[in-house]
Order: sequence, then C-alpha cells, then structure tokens
Amino acid sequence: MTDADAPQLRAEALEALLIEKGLLTSDLVDKVITRYSERVGPMNGAKLVARAWREPEFRKALLEDATSVVTEYGFEGGEVQKLVVVENTPEVHNAVVCTLCSCYPWAVLGLPPRWYKDPAYRSRIVSEPREVLREMGVSLREEMEVRVWDSSAEVRYMVLPMPPEGSENLSLEELQSLVTRDSMIGVETL
Amino acid sequence: MSLALYGRAAPPMANGEVVFEAPWQSRVFGMARALCEEGLFEWDDFRQYLIAEIEHYDLSHPEGAGYQYFDHFLNALASLLAQRELCAASELADRTLKLAQRPHGHDH
Repeated sequence: MTDADAPQLRAEALEALLIEKGLLTSDLVDKVITRYSERVGPMNGAKLVARAWREPEFRKALLEDATSVVTEYGFEGGEVQKLVVVENTPEVHNAVVCTLCSCYPWAVLGLPPRWYKDPAYRSRIVSEPREVLREMGVSLREEMEVRVWDSSAEVRYMVLPMPPEGSENLSLEELQSLVTRDSMIGVETL
Repeated sequence: MSLALYGRAAPPMANGEVVFEAPWQSRVFGMARALCEEGLFEWDDFRQYLIAEIEHYDLSHPEGAGYQYFDHFLNALASLLAQRELCAASELADRTLKLAQRPHGHDH
C-alpha cells in the first residue's frame, strides 16, 4: 500500500475538500463525534430494559410499540424509523444482525461494535446461530428456539433480555447497570 | 445476588470495545452524519452505497479476510459525493496524493 492509498489520508483529504467547498466545518464534525461518543449509547437501551423488568405495563408498551416509547424518551441518535423490541423468554432466545451492512438502533444502543459489522457475524449468525452464540458464550438448552432478526433501514431490533437471577430487589438504577450492550443484541445472557 | 455478578456491572456505555479504532474513522463517520444532518443526502441513500460496497467485498472475499468496515464506509461516502457532484473522485485522489507527498513530520 502506498501512502496515497491509506484511508487516513483519503479521509483527511476529503474533510479538507468538503470544508473548502463550504459543505462542512470541522466544528460540525467534532460535534457529531462528541454526541455519538458521549450521549448516544447502550445506557439508553439499559434504561428501557430495567424499566421493562420492573413495570409490566411499560414492558407491554415497549413490546407493542417501541418506536413510540423511544420517541417519548427523546434519545438522540439519528433516525430510527421503526424500532422493534423482541423479548427473550425461557423458551425463546433472540439475536439481532444486519446482514447487508451495519443497521443498528443507534438511539438505544449507540454505534455498533466491530464484530457486529464483520462478514463472519453477518453471515454465520443466520446460518448457524446456535454455534455462533455458543462461541460468544451463550449456551442454550436444546429445546430453546432461536430467532434471528435482520435489521434494515426500515426496522431495527433490540432484544429485551431476561433479568439476571437474584435481581428482584434491586433499584432501577442498579438494574440498569446490569444490562449490557451485548445482551440487548442478543449475544449475551445476564 | 452475588458480588461477582454485581461487579461486572460497568456502566453500559463503557462495556463495549471502542467503536472507532483510529481517529480517521471517527472523522469519516462524523462527516457522513454531519452532511446528512445538513440535508445533503438522506442516510438511506448513503446506506445504499454502503451496501453496494460491502456486497462487492463479500462476493470477492468469501472467507471475509482483511475486512475493514471503515474503508468501505469511506469508499461509500466518496462514491456518493462523487455521484452527487459534491466532490469529484479525481479531486479527492489529487488531494490525497498531495497529502501523501508531504515531508515526513508534517503529516498531521
């Protein structure tokens, strides 16, 4: 690879050109990066999950129409046309993927981790979900059903994990802190 | 509730690996989102370019070797901007080459 092929140079060149053309400012780019690195993230999804564990009415609303619930919360994170929350139960385990690119519910989970975008995850979670989940540390009983949801521009999915055992008496805040990003993608159980 | 279980409770924001592996990746993401928010294109338009880029890679690399998501993200953005006549491919190539020819020690 010559220097001129290096993506960091192309990126630098592109930003310089866009600024010269008056299409962008560095400040605007900085602001976007700050927003996505500090205010948009899985802590938003964790709030929804913890509340759903605690309040049956909220859980029902979240499962029926997550888009409306998220709109009410006013989370930042760009457009989520439609968010669907799928619930893990003792019988069904859900996992989420975007087979074509990297669609992901930013407003509730932030930006996706690297493995979510990798070809191996995108293809294998569909073709051999149990094996992939096992490799990621999720062991499922033989009789459990696995459902894999393909996020797209139109619909993005989030998993409502089952609460960890022994969490019944925790406060809402303590519950939130137990919810991991991976559990809301469906590649971890709590 | 065991202490061990509670102990792994890092704030959810922090319990993932880093999203960007190099500063240029965050700049490219920031540029794409900022241009979208400025109304220059719809995110779904960008997504179509990204899908095309990734599909091209997937078809030519069935084993998935050497996949670099943000390289594809950058290519998709450059293609979209060229297509919309906002920034020509030749212009970007020329500027990149110019940056590559900077004397060492002046590359940031």
